Amino acid sequence: MTGGVLGLVTVFVLAVFVGFEVISKVPSILHTPLMSGTNAVHGIILVGSIIILAGANSTTQQVLGTAAVFLATLNVIGGFAVTDRMLEMFKPKKKQ
Amino acid sequence: MSLSTGVNVAYLFAAVCFILALKGLTSPKTARYGNGLGAFGMVVAVVMTFVNRHVENLDLIVIALACGVVVGIPAARMVKMTAMPQMVAAFNGVGGGAAALVDIADFSKHTHVGVAEWVQVAVVFGVIVGCISFSGSIIAFLKLQEVMTGTPITYKGQQAVNALVGVAILALGGMVLATTSSPDLAIMAGVALLFGVAFVLPIGGADMPVVISLLNSFTGLAVAASGFVLNNVLLIVAGTLVGASGTLLTRMMSQAMGRSLANVLFGAFGKVQVSSTGTGTGGGEDRPVRSASAQDIGTMLAYAQKVIIVPGYGLAVAQAQHTVKELADALTSKGVEIDYAIHPVAGRMPGHMNVLLAEADVPYDQLKEMDEINPEFPSTDVALVVGANDVVNPAARDMQGSPIYGMPILDVDRAHQVVFLKRSMRPGFAGIDNELFYDPKVTLLFGDAKDSLSKLVSAVKSA
Repeated sequence: MTGGVLGLVTVFVLAVFVGFEVISKVPSILHTPLMSGTNAVHGIILVGSIIILAGANSTTQQVLGTAAVFLATLNVIGGFAVTDRMLEMFKPKKKQ
Repeated sequence: MSLSTGVNVAYLFAAVCFILALKGLTSPKTARYGNGLGAFGMVVAVVMTFVNRHVENLDLIVIALACGVVVGIPAARMVKMTAMPQMVAAFNGVGGGAAALVDIADFSKHTHVGVAEWVQVAVVFGVIVGCISFSGSIIAFLKLQEVMTGTPITYKGQQAVNALVGVAILALGGMVLATTSSPDLAIMAGVALLFGVAFVLPIGGADMPVVISLLNSFTGLAVAASGFVLNNVLLIVAGTLVGASGTLLTRMMSQAMGRSLANVLFGAFGKVQVSSTGTGTGGGEDRPVRSASAQDIGTMLAYAQKVIIVPGYGLAVAQAQHTVKELADALTSKGVEIDYAIHPVAGRMPGHMNVLLAEADVPYDQLKEMDEINPEFPSTDVALVVGANDVVNPAARDMQGSPIYGMPILDVDRAHQVVFLKRSMRPGFAGIDNELFYDPKVTLLFGDAKDSLSKLVSAVKSA
């Protein structure tokens, strides 16, 4: 069991460094879209929500799991769609 | 065996997609591609979750997914450009809520079975952080949506109360670890929700993007905690990525406003106010600037031939689009030629200004894009800058080594006179001083953009 935790902690620590490195330089015009984009990425909790609901065997768990899947789906859909709309504005305008 | 390896390979693939997505989002050229890649990784991860797993409650899963899609797509597509920040807050909050629910559900499943201590710690951490993110984001949403006031809500002893609630959460967390009782966990979740509310109440509307970014990284950490609870590496990687990059982004955003994160979060307690005499809090420079009365500036505007209005974030914050239109009308009736210069990123949100001014019925042909308007500044009598700063900062053009060097700007410094309507001497979003303020042809009028504009309207009418 301890080996398992250590593996997860290793992944966690490496991911912290990747997270810091990957966005080292961001122009301020992209701050809001980047915030929205990272917001979409943590929608990955949808995977966790599905895992919980797929294994739920009591009413309480079903209620909690269903609510979690619903909220997480909102997070994913809304996150990516809002980011995309923000980024649409960066497309060069066509000359009339 | 091979199936489960397949699932893990797919999760690895999704994790790589997310990393490349964030990387892509740091440059305008690759941003859309990055977002698309992130969405693709998400679809792969979700689909693979159904593989090699005994799935119960498939009906509930499908219904919940469908409801999320049906509510989420219209909410994201139909919302106005100006309402984007609060949508980010809302979608962030639900993610935090989902993470907390996942942890609570898993906890309730294992209460009576021996579960490793570190899983319990992850549950407690995930529930606390997820709940704070959920309720904090809702308050941020309500403030930006103007359902509740956007001004800081403070009361005497607030800091002490918040600290007390914080301590209570930690104590309850310790109790949950000792008793492993679900009701205790529920009480702890409730107090954490309360803390999220209390923590965002004293923060003002203009600082909200920073707070949302902070809550965004909170949700990332809550998701990572869920990854520990469920023994799922993808959740840990994606959640931690967001937690780390979100923390960095939060710092960049508050630095860009020329303030420390602590000042943004707790500033309202100290009541950082700027006096109208022009000595500011930020910047740390005490060089003299020229400020004038609304009466003087109104006269200057009324007797100009040509005025170009440069709107920025301050206009959006003050909701002054109608007042600026009023001023333009008053000037037009005096025979002054009016144009609006729209910088592509004015207002921190691309397209912000176009939407706002269109709402106030400003004629579309008066909205000039940067390349079109810049040659006109040398023949302009007055450039009236309303709540903009970085987008007119000549450092972007002239000062190599400046953080905004190379960013295209509106050349207001080439106009004969420049008037800035500003709330304070605080630097703009990029957090750098603007040399232009100290230029002798520049006049500043301090105050809320809407107040200043309506004073100018009456000054122009009486001129």
